[in-house]
Parts: sequence; structure tokens; C-alpha cells
Amino acid sequence: MTPAEGTSAAASDPAPQPAPAAPRFGPGERVRVRDDWPERRGPCHIRTPHYLRGRVGTVQRLLGRFANPEELAFGHPAPARALYHVLFEQPPIWHEGHPGDEVLVELFEHWLEPDGTAKRSA
Amino acid sequence: MSTPARPDSPARLEALIGALKARGLLTEQELAERQAQTDRASPEIGARMVARAWLDPAWRRLLLADGGAAAEAMGVSMAGAPPLGVLEDTPRRHHLVVCTLCSCYPRAVLGYPPHWYKSFAYRARAVRDPRGVLEEWGTALPAGTDVRVVDSTADYRWMVLPLRPAGTEGWSEDRLAGIVTRDVLVGVALPRVPSTEAA
Repeated sequence: MTPAEGTSAAASDPAPQPAPAAPRFGPGERVRVRDDWPERRGPCHIRTPHYLRGRVGTVQRLLGRFANPEELAFGHPAPARALYHVLFEQPPIWHEGHPGDEVLVELFEHWLEPDGTAKRSA
Repeated sequence: MSTPARPDSPARLEALIGALKARGLLTEQELAERQAQTDRASPEIGARMVARAWLDPAWRRLLLADGGAAAEAMGVSMAGAPPLGVLEDTPRRHHLVVCTLCSCYPRAVLGYPPHWYKSFAYRARAVRDPRGVLEEWGTALPAGTDVRVVDSTADYRWMVLPLRPAGTEGWSEDRLAGIVTRDVLVGVALPRVPSTEAA
């Protein structure tokens, strides 16, 4: 069974050793949280907060690789997935936000997609 | 006639423990050790880690690079505990930790979370209006300080390394640790030098 990475970059290495796929995103890269709502489709366990769906943030760093909680929660095989610390600016997310304030959140790679705009330094 | 609250859960726990023991996955001794380890954990551990970081630059580097390794170096068993990340406050940035999804908390170095940390009110408001929450806590940040809320959503656990307050020059590690409270380690408060102790 190959690691279900869901990225084309992961497919090239046939080695049986769990050589982790290269992380898809690097520090400073702008990413968008998928605007997806699996909770509308049925029972699920998601570690991506509602308030970030569809929001754009900046990858701060890769925290490591961890078993996917969405599968782990149901006792299914849970391949390790890259987990990032992603930084968001407060005001676009919350009206109460104060300019300069930020939210730093742990997000799994399969919830992130490239923002498509220019890179920004972390 | 009312039924006792959650009458099934103790029996279910007994059944689970029995099944784990029967399969050789758990011994009574392991259970007792783990329970003792959990009960030993308290904010005093986190406070000592902070105090040492204020005094020892090498220790500070270790703490920031790998909180779990730093805890182990202090004799705290991190076996089975999630990785520990340490958030470094600066004169320009204050960290506030919350878990909006549940109640993730660095139990290995802070012990049991306080009830308010698990409340819907704190979880909803800390991420949305951190300055309002801090104000209600009586925590006044110096002007020009940005707030960085850390939403503990997944596999890490986070604690704050606050700034060492003025007026603590020459203090011992014990004395420094004494002003680092649980609330300081979560980021809802700042370390305070009692006015009677200020030289």
C-alpha cells in the first residue's frame, strides 16, 4: 500500500521504506485553506477550524508528520501527513481583529492549496 | 425516579482495563505509574523551565528548539506525550494559547487544564477577541505589542515563554519560578513582580 498522499510529488518513489514525501509547502509560502465542509457530508473528525476554511495564510514551518486524525478517529489506517504551522492575520478573519495581531494554527497538508499569488517572507 | 449520571462509564472502563490486562497490553503497575506521573505534572514544571530559560541562554535555545527534549533533560518523562512547542514572547509580540476545537493542553508540563480553558466562552472568544479576553483578565500589554493567538488544533502542545519582567535582576531560579503562574504559561497573564518584593 502506498502512502495516500494525494499529491503527484509523492508518487515517484517506490521504496518500501517510509521515506516521507518532500513537504509540499515551504516557509513563507502563501496557502489557502480548502473551503471544504466534510461535516455536511456525514460523520467526520476534522482538525481544521471552521473559521479558517477558504482563508489565506503564510506557512511558518513544517512541524512534522503525524497520523491523519480524520482516519485515526475511526480506527482506519492513518498514514502520516505533513503538519504545518500556518500564520493568519486577525482582521480579515474577525471583525474584532486588531491590525498586526495574528492567529497561528496547526494544519495538515491535505487541507492546504497554493494561493497562487506571490511569495511573502515569513 | 432519576437514574444515576452516566451509570455505564465506570463499568465500561473496568471492562476495557480488564481486556487490556487479559491481552498483556497493560499491567496494574503501568497503570499506577502513569496515574502518578499525571498527578505529579503541575504548572511548577513549566515555571521552572521558564525560570531556567531566563537565566541560561543555552537552556533557552534547547527549550525553544525542542520543548520535549528540554522537559526530559529536567527529568520529566515525555513518554507518550505529544511534542511540546514553546512560544517565545518578545517586546513586540505576546502569545495566547487556546484550543478552539477541544481542550488540547501541555499536560506533561502544566498538569490538568483549568476549567475555564475548556469552557466554550474561552475557546470561542480567545481566538476572536484576544484583546478583550486579556483586558477582562486584567492583563495590560505594553503599547506596541502584537497579539499572536496560537490555536492548538492538532498534534503539538504549546506553552508560552514570557518576557522576564524588570525588577527581577539577581533573582534565583526558585524565586523567578515563583512568579510564573499557570495563567502566565497559557498567556492570559504576564509575570508580575509583587510590589513588596520590588527593590
